[in-house]
Amino acid sequence: MTATTVSPTTSTDITEAAPVRRTARPIPTARLIKVELRKMFNTRSGFWMLISIGALSVIATGAVIIFAPDSAVTYENFAAAIGFPMSVILPMIAILGVTSEWSQRSGLTTFTLVPSRGRVIGAKAIATFLVGIVSMAVAFAVGALGNLAGSTLAGVDTVWDISLATAPQIVLGNLVGMAIGFTLGVVLRNSAAAIVGYFVVSLVLPGILALLASVREWFYDLQPWIDWNYTQVSLFEGATNTTKEWAMLGSTTMIWIVVPLVVGLLFLRRSEVK
Amino acid sequence: MITVESLTRRYAGFTAVDNVSFTAQPGRVTGFLGPNGAGKSTTMRVMVGLTVPTSGTATINGERFADLPNPGLEVGVLLDASAQHAGRTGREILSVAAATMGLPGSRVDEMLELVSLTPTEAKRRVRNYSLGMRQRLGIATALLGDPKVLILDEPANGLDPAGIRWMRDLLTGFASQGGTVLLSSHLLHEIEVIADDLVVIGNGKIVASGTKEELLAAAGTLARSTSPRDLAHALEQAGIPSTLAGDGSVRTDADPARVGTVALTAGIALTELRSAEGAGLEDMFLSLTADTQREGVAA
Repeated sequence: MTATTVSPTTSTDITEAAPVRRTARPIPTARLIKVELRKMFNTRSGFWMLISIGALSVIATGAVIIFAPDSAVTYENFAAAIGFPMSVILPMIAILGVTSEWSQRSGLTTFTLVPSRGRVIGAKAIATFLVGIVSMAVAFAVGALGNLAGSTLAGVDTVWDISLATAPQIVLGNLVGMAIGFTLGVVLRNSAAAIVGYFVVSLVLPGILALLASVREWFYDLQPWIDWNYTQVSLFEGATNTTKEWAMLGSTTMIWIVVPLVVGLLFLRRSEVK
Repeated sequence: MITVESLTRRYAGFTAVDNVSFTAQPGRVTGFLGPNGAGKSTTMRVMVGLTVPTSGTATINGERFADLPNPGLEVGVLLDASAQHAGRTGREILSVAAATMGLPGSRVDEMLELVSLTPTEAKRRVRNYSLGMRQRLGIATALLGDPKVLILDEPANGLDPAGIRWMRDLLTGFASQGGTVLLSSHLLHEIEVIADDLVVIGNGKIVASGTKEELLAAAGTLARSTSPRDLAHALEQAGIPSTLAGDGSVRTDADPARVGTVALTAGIALTELRSAEGAGLEDMFLSLTADTQREGVAA
């Protein structure tokens, strides 16, 4: 590139009557992601969700230290205790990050400042992913501190029983939950509906599918391929190891996340923002 | 400049905007008028890409809004002051918008000062804002990127008298510096004071458009006299159709000079004689949109 020196034009060149057409640069994606991250936590609800992630991690750790028998003071139990509230809150953050644009109607401003809705949703997806990763890192760290403190207090050996292979699966399991929430947000575009929807597909649906599997043998073999909770639990347990198990995860991800997300995005891009 | 060409938006069963075309010129304030549900807001939403048109186009300086690289720097938009996340503070809403446009944080303070929101108010969450405060915040958001075009839907709603005056001066100043202003309002008096050009819409169709002077001139003449019946009679004798309004005024399509001459010849003392401007916009509005009014205005 050649460096060109711009000689200052004399001000007489520009007449005030004709407004100069400014050449604006497109909004960079990194900026959009930063803005979306900020928007996730600069509301009252967002702020308290962030606080609750930290607070619940500490409370869960404390509970294990106080109530668990000495033999149960292991890293896995700490991780499980912290993981449960986390697996509920993280999808809520994912849901509200999308739906608040419609339910709180802030989308009117968001989508006039950035008309490409695909880019906004993409930035939200990346922001959600980052929140998931960081929250999990915090959870593992708090759990590790708890494990150290707990074993010292109980006077037992510190047990590190989560392998390096299992940890990524637990993280992935939480990301799956967030992705389900995100997808529901994109498809339903309404906070209340998406939150109810999340509890239906994560609490009601597994029971129905398990019941179906127990009474219909043909469904018993099919369930792992279509029940996303089944594959998520398998991730939380670090039990997704064989090619077949990964294929099952791929299948449930396709059915519950990829396909509805694509369809939802197509509708979202043409929908009216009111 | 805003250019709307043959814009149509249909919903299942009805047409909200029907083949609408008009332009809003730079250096002028264009008032967008119409009864409730006439299609004003839909037209404005199409302009800024929030609603996809069924057919037709809307462009800002020749470009589709959605194609603008950083629209906030070119077009200031306020469609609904209440459409903000209630859990965010006023300052935070401006900061997020400024960050999106890539503007420094100092711009936020400038805007807060411009719209007279105090630092304490700016720290409060929007759920606790009055409509007038939301409106000020919305105007601040629209002006944040120092745009050359403003699209404002009912910006005077909820503002106190001082706020309305402030807004009027702001928009007139904006237009006099070469900016384009399109604003809709039900407050006819507001529009009459501020607008240079008018676009009147009813049932999704443009029923009139032009400069304010042209449109109001078409509204004719208003005259009063101590004996309105005699005046109406004299006008009729002179071949000028007129209507006698309940308040004792006489209205005709003829220009004031002719009405004055007729009154003089008939020896009738006039107490008032003027072009129907003033009350004119309201009359014009009601007569133009009479077919589309909900109340079916009795003529």
